[in-house]
Amino acid sequence: MDAITLNNITKTYNKGTVLAVDDVSFSVKKGEIFGLIGPDGAGKSSIFRMLTTLLLPDKGSATVGGFDIVKDYKTIRGILGYMPGRFSLYQDLTVEENLNFFATVFNTTIEENYELVKDIYVQIEPFKDRRAGKLSGGMKQKLALCCALIHKPEVLFLDEPTTGVDVVSRKEFWEMLKRLKQQGITILVSTSYMDEATLCDRIGLIINGRVLSIASPDDTIKAYPEKLYAVKSPNMFKLLNNLRSFEQTINCYTFGEYLHLSLKCSEEEVKKYLQEKEHDDFEFKTTSPTVEDCFIRLLKEQNERNGNKNE
Amino acid sequence: MKQLLSFIKKEFYQVFRDQKTLVMLFGMPIAQIILFGFALTNEIKNANIVVVDNAKDIASQQIINKIEGSKFFNVQKTLMNPAQIDAAFKTGKIKLAVVFPANFNTDLLHLNKTSLQVIADASDPNTATTLTSYITSIVNDYQSQLSQNSSLPYSIHPEVRMLYNPDLRGAPNFVPGVMAMVLLLVCVMMTSVSIVREKELGTMEILLVSPIKPVLIIIAKAIPYLLLSLVNLGAILLLSVYALDLPVKGSILLLVLESTLLIMTSLSLGLLISTITSSQQSAMFASMLGMMLPTMLLSGYLFPIENMPIVLQVISNIVPARWYYIIVKDIMLKGLGFSYIWKETTILIGMTLFFLLIALRNFKIRLE
Repeated sequence: MDAITLNNITKTYNKGTVLAVDDVSFSVKKGEIFGLIGPDGAGKSSIFRMLTTLLLPDKGSATVGGFDIVKDYKTIRGILGYMPGRFSLYQDLTVEENLNFFATVFNTTIEENYELVKDIYVQIEPFKDRRAGKLSGGMKQKLALCCALIHKPEVLFLDEPTTGVDVVSRKEFWEMLKRLKQQGITILVSTSYMDEATLCDRIGLIINGRVLSIASPDDTIKAYPEKLYAVKSPNMFKLLNNLRSFEQTINCYTFGEYLHLSLKCSEEEVKKYLQEKEHDDFEFKTTSPTVEDCFIRLLKEQNERNGNKNE
Repeated sequence: MKQLLSFIKKEFYQVFRDQKTLVMLFGMPIAQIILFGFALTNEIKNANIVVVDNAKDIASQQIINKIEGSKFFNVQKTLMNPAQIDAAFKTGKIKLAVVFPANFNTDLLHLNKTSLQVIADASDPNTATTLTSYITSIVNDYQSQLSQNSSLPYSIHPEVRMLYNPDLRGAPNFVPGVMAMVLLLVCVMMTSVSIVREKELGTMEILLVSPIKPVLIIIAKAIPYLLLSLVNLGAILLLSVYALDLPVKGSILLLVLESTLLIMTSLSLGLLISTITSSQQSAMFASMLGMMLPTMLLSGYLFPIENMPIVLQVISNIVPARWYYIIVKDIMLKGLGFSYIWKETTILIGMTLFFLLIALRNFKIRLE
């Protein structure tokens, strides 16, 4: 049975004028790490809030752990762990007091489920008498994760858990999620960092309230239709402008120190074009697409479709 | 139960760690009692007045002695012409002038009738009325002394007794009013702000998602402020008994119980405000505006309700402080028992239940 299912969920704000989630359906298998990948304002948090029974959907239905999010909200509140996008613990309580408080609120004790949070808690234990408001960003997120886990939830909802966290802490954070997965906890996580996508079992790419692709990171990448090239030259600005105005270019954008390029024509044609434009010293190679490339491609398609619609 | 206790403990931690709240919680009542009890009083002491004695005879001297003997006046004896008196009033140096005509005593003895002029600065009408009535009563007093010796048989002498507050002191009026205001303001504001803060900081989101029942959240929010308000009440009563010399004539237990009732009324009102506001600022504003003004203006504490237009009199009925003010005055000043205040008590209980019911119905189990 699936831990989370969404069927044609739609959510609007301000009396229907703002469409936040547009006819979204997907399901998350038990014990899976499912990532919702998308930019800010794509509707990730709205989906989270509906699944955590904090908001009611306008249309459609959804279940968490087999329970309906509208009818059985009380049952769901007992089995889910939720870490909101914004740091939502008591800043004026210490680390230990926060954890104790949330443990009792969820009718349990720290000792009872210490095994589950141990790996994470040992890292923040040296600061247990410090007020939560005075912790660093990464520490705060670890504490929030501890608090969300303290009652051994079946399903864990993490809304942008690594936003504002340094690279090392982010890596640690994801290792923790892997360990939680081994304990059989289903995890729905959202992020706007593309590099984190590959760490999920499956990902859903979400743009403007619509989930556009659902697959494992590998399959998502494999589904990239064209060959992708990485180009570099001493004059990157001119290179970008030239490639963008080239008729056979599908898409060209900056990606790290290279430009990523997809083409309708062959490699030789574009090389010839570049030599005509007096780029003597350029580097040209094929590269394998990343989730970010897939994302940019979807975004472009979406924009073109909207553009056509508007015309 | 454990959930509740842990929640209450958390609330106490938060109150005691937030210095601003603490100052407001305990500083405000004490400052108000002291301000209203000592500084802002409508009693008049040592008013500067001028006595112009054009008669300089025995009757005028005796009256002047009486005026000087009163603690209300600071008498300055001079000979001024009307223009000089006028100038003195204009500079604001004097509040009142008493002018004795020449031949004051002679007229009194021979014509059985005389007059003296009392001029008051009525730009402050309350002071003017009070001062002239002091002077009038001094003159009446002198008159009755005279008539004791004379043979005039019929003289009606009104004997005025000021009940419950014979000296017309300000404190007996202000303390019940300040008690009502402080308890209401503190409770309403503190509860509403503390709940709305959870909404603002996002912690409410986690609390809602937890299995904890909404009723429990509400109770846990109310209990700490109930206890703190009782401490406040104790401080106010101690101050009024020992610093303002205003003993509680009736049963202290009854007073505390009635105050607890008002605290509960305010707590439920605070809960109600918290369910309809979404930022700390608007909650604070609603509590201030919704509590402070009606409590000050419509409870009968600053202005008598009987003198208000009918519309305001009707509105004053929904102000909890109005009923509490009556209760406190009855217990503290008159020493009356419960049988005299059951009606007001019932009204307060009714209000509490009403607010609580709406607050519970309004409490959102989701975010919107």
